[in-house]
Amino acid sequence: MRALCWVGDGELAVRQVPDPELRNGHDAIVRVRQSATCGGDLPLLAGRVPFLAVGDVLGHEFLGEVVEVGPEVRRHRVGDRVVVCSSVACGGCWYCRRDLPSCCDNGSADPAVAEAAWGHPTAGAFGRPRAAGGFAGSHAEYVRVPYADVGAFTVPEPVSDDRALFASDAAPAGWMGADLGEVRPGDVVAVWGAGAVGQLAARAAGLLGADRVIVIDAEADRLRMAERHAGAETIDYRLADVPAELRERTGGRGPDVCVEAVGNADAPRSLADRFAGGAERPAAVREAVHACRKGGSVFVLGEFTGFVDAFPLGAVTNKGLTVRGARQHGQRYIPMLLERMARDELRTEHLATHRLPLERGAEGYALFRDRADGCVRAVFSPDAPPAGG
Amino acid sequence: MDTEARVGRIAGAAGAALTRAAGAVTRRAPGVRRRRSAWPRAAGTDPRPARWQVVTVDRAPGEVLPDGRWPEPLRRLGNAVRVELRPAPGCRGTELAARPLAGAAPTGLAAHLVGDDPGLLVRRALWEVKQAVEAGEVLRADRSPVDRPAGPPR
Repeated sequence: MRALCWVGDGELAVRQVPDPELRNGHDAIVRVRQSATCGGDLPLLAGRVPFLAVGDVLGHEFLGEVVEVGPEVRRHRVGDRVVVCSSVACGGCWYCRRDLPSCCDNGSADPAVAEAAWGHPTAGAFGRPRAAGGFAGSHAEYVRVPYADVGAFTVPEPVSDDRALFASDAAPAGWMGADLGEVRPGDVVAVWGAGAVGQLAARAAGLLGADRVIVIDAEADRLRMAERHAGAETIDYRLADVPAELRERTGGRGPDVCVEAVGNADAPRSLADRFAGGAERPAAVREAVHACRKGGSVFVLGEFTGFVDAFPLGAVTNKGLTVRGARQHGQRYIPMLLERMARDELRTEHLATHRLPLERGAEGYALFRDRADGCVRAVFSPDAPPAGG
Repeated sequence: MDTEARVGRIAGAAGAALTRAAGAVTRRAPGVRRRRSAWPRAAGTDPRPARWQVVTVDRAPGEVLPDGRWPEPLRRLGNAVRVELRPAPGCRGTELAARPLAGAAPTGLAAHLVGDDPGLLVRRALWEVKQAVEAGEVLRADRSPVDRPAGPPR
């Protein structure tokens, strides 16, 4: 089959690779219809995540059709149209049984190795280095889905592929930021980042009853989308003093809930930091911590790959903040999100600003990385003709 | 089935371990809290005994050892490891611990499996037990393209 592979030095290429195979009884094989780029892939492309091997297939946010199931699969049959959670979780461990599936104990084929990275193994992931579970990515014609009864969800008839695709990763991530950030009716919520996850966090905050939602970014196209599709107010951080603006808009209190959805941006390090070996500074998290009202909540959605420096811990303790983060708990939210999509409460189609055949995957990632041509997400279709676009 | 009934079906060292674990629960006087002890220290003179490797399985002891025998990934290590088991606090299931035996050089298949990092091998075996019990299977990674060539299109 054809797949978009990492070929080293930040380069991608479509290559011929072996078809996936059933490796466990709970597996399914899915023929991919759509697969999206994600900000979490950019550190891989930039060579900032070790252990990616030449030939590894990228991609983790996808939707498709079941073409084969293992003997233990009960909820799915060949022909089902499914959206698949971007992380791999077993559904049976202590964490899964308590609705924390991205903390799953059994999502990796080698948990002992995964322990070395974070102290404990976490849920597996498609399209990451082998140490992150051992599962090929979705920028391919077919993908193997472990624990298919737990991680694959049948898409209800009224929901289009274009909309359901983002139930795989961006929508549950955004929803989780608002939900676990504990947005309450009447709250003022600030969201840093107007990419797909930030826009969907803003929409979730509105659906959970926030009185005002303020989205912060520097891309005019994205801010307009947040206004139009999430009903948010916006701040262009290039043109405004963000902390002062937030104080002014919140009666001096600061936002009740702050959601960081910027991710591991390539923030420039100072000469002193580079000389001393200092890590980058998480600019959006720092700003959120300073802006948040006393006793408020800061939720970190961005997928940080390692360490950061200059974290304002004093502000956390002195203001009594709750700071929380997680990889998205998709298995917990996807059924509810699909229902909201079916009721037209949650629309996501606009996020796919660029639709490309798989063969133009490298070009799609370049657009996405550079935010060129208003790109929010590039979506690849393996069955589209190579000349399409 | 209660804990003591399950103990009765377990043979050998595994049975003794589960008996001890069950005893800690069943012989305690009502209302008396007992300090939770560490896992047993290694016997012998080695000043740096191998550390216990422990996983918590989110199931009752009887589900971890349904037929009263150590699960296959641990049985495979033969007499090269010591295995203990006890209920986890707070109804969190069962703590399953194993440790390479000091001075007990493994032989045969066990020696091959243990290699030069017995702790890691033991840890992997424990994770396999945990996955088999909690998820119903031991998860296998995709085979890399290096392991198998591309076949004809599906």
